[in-house]
Amino acid sequence: MKLVTAIIKPFKLDDVKLALETFGVHGLTVNEVSGYGRQKGHTEVYRGAEYTVDFVPKVRLDVVVADGDAANVVEVIVKAAATGQIGDGKVWTTPVEDLVRVRTGERGPDAL
Amino acid sequence: MPFDFSKIDTGATAWVLASAALVLLMTPGLAFFYGGMVRAKHTLGMLMQNFMTIGIVSIVWVLVSFSLAFGKGNGFVGDLHFAGLQHLSEVLPGYTGPFAQVIPPMVFVVFQLMFAVITPALITGSTADRWKFGHFVPFIAIWSILVYGPVAHWVFSPEGWLFKKGALDFAGGTVVHINAGAAGLAMALLLGKRRGYPKEQMRPHNVPFVLLGASLLWFGWFGFNAGSALGANNLAAYAFVNTNTATAAAMVGWLLVEKLRDGKATTLGAASGAVTGLVAITPCAGFVSPLGSIAVGLLAGAICAYAILLKRKLGYDDSLDVVGVHLVGGIVGSLSVGLFSTLDTNTLGADGLFYGGGWKLMGHQLIAVGAVAGYSFVVTLIIGFGLKLFLRMRLTPDEEAEGMDLVLHGESAYEFGNITGGGGGLGSVGQRPESVSLGGPTAPTGVQA
Repeated sequence: MKLVTAIIKPFKLDDVKLALETFGVHGLTVNEVSGYGRQKGHTEVYRGAEYTVDFVPKVRLDVVVADGDAANVVEVIVKAAATGQIGDGKVWTTPVEDLVRVRTGERGPDAL
Repeated sequence: MPFDFSKIDTGATAWVLASAALVLLMTPGLAFFYGGMVRAKHTLGMLMQNFMTIGIVSIVWVLVSFSLAFGKGNGFVGDLHFAGLQHLSEVLPGYTGPFAQVIPPMVFVVFQLMFAVITPALITGSTADRWKFGHFVPFIAIWSILVYGPVAHWVFSPEGWLFKKGALDFAGGTVVHINAGAAGLAMALLLGKRRGYPKEQMRPHNVPFVLLGASLLWFGWFGFNAGSALGANNLAAYAFVNTNTATAAAMVGWLLVEKLRDGKATTLGAASGAVTGLVAITPCAGFVSPLGSIAVGLLAGAICAYAILLKRKLGYDDSLDVVGVHLVGGIVGSLSVGLFSTLDTNTLGADGLFYGGGWKLMGHQLIAVGAVAGYSFVVTLIIGFGLKLFLRMRLTPDEEAEGMDLVLHGESAYEFGNITGGGGGLGSVGQRPESVSLGGPTAPTGVQA
């Protein structure tokens, strides 16, 4: 199994969720996070004083999938989240050793 | 001299009573105007200072301040004849002839009370996030007696030396705004800068609150200015129209400066510009024409949009720009009387420079501005410093980092039902409320995480 993690623009969440549902992914965890990459932050001006906001709001999305699906899921997310502008985010995968469904105690891919 | 209650104008009485209620609403409005501009952890600290000012000044006014402001006394301060609001079946000293009132003296008392309340509340913007409540409360009580009472006497009472000299202040450009602005500067200097200022990010935490507060101020200000006609008459209508017009013009003026200077017209700028216009038209409202009020508003909005930059050049921390908005706006308004005042609006006023009155009125206005600003600044410093000998004035750096809400009041402004239940953000993850160490009163132990 693989954990696919994506950092995306918040307004792209609905598109990504829909694309994943269409692909057949049935569970998803999201978090509101802050961070910066090449986009850096932005500046805000209050009463003539400029403030640099380093951390930009992003959505982090975590989904565990079967080994064979991982590459496709990454592609689905990338396609749905892309705007072509700087700050679109990143997607990465990490191996998952074990997985348990809390209700039934099922383990491994059965618990997906 | 007994007041002739058979001469009462019921329309005027009704309007001034309603105006008093309108002006009362300005202080909570101010609380939200300021409260939105501070960081989230200091929100209740700011709201409480403003709200508590209503509590303190309302009592002090009844006991002594009204009498100091409107008693006969001498040119500089009233006597204690009306202390405890006694003898209010008499004519107030000086309110005879053309100044004779058609409202019961007690109505005048409560209308003027609301001005006495909001004036020291205005100070809290310059001192945001660091003034201890225990020092603030006695400060406000003493300030009402030693600063507000005498200054109101000088300018508003027909027995006052500035009134007799011929200085014009329709609703409190000097008494309220220059007075509070100079006091705000004094207290900002005495307290020192906020911890981390100017390096740390101190963005407003809730700009919608700021706009809501500015709207309540605008609404209440109709009572402030149009109520100051002390009648339901044509003068009140002029003051009402001038107030609205100048406020609109100041918003436009401020936003033009922002657009040209900073690139964007901001919501905070719109709220700030509107308040600037309200401040500047206050002394002018019953003396200028509607066209004049456009000029006053545009001037005030544009000038104050630059005046707020002064604090960074000069290095003091007037946190929410009480100097830039109220002191400078009050000066712009008070001097505008000298330029735009016209007898066409008010026969009890005078013609200013642009209406053929020459420089005479401007001279009186300059004296009033200087006297009020100077007296307020010096006496505020003395009161603040004197109290500091007995009471701690400032939060410690640790308390400031924790925030006024928890440290001074044992509460949090915002509770969004997150998993930690404490509303304290990441800092309190995994802690039960009982284990959160508070500088002030401890949290109720029955609270479940």
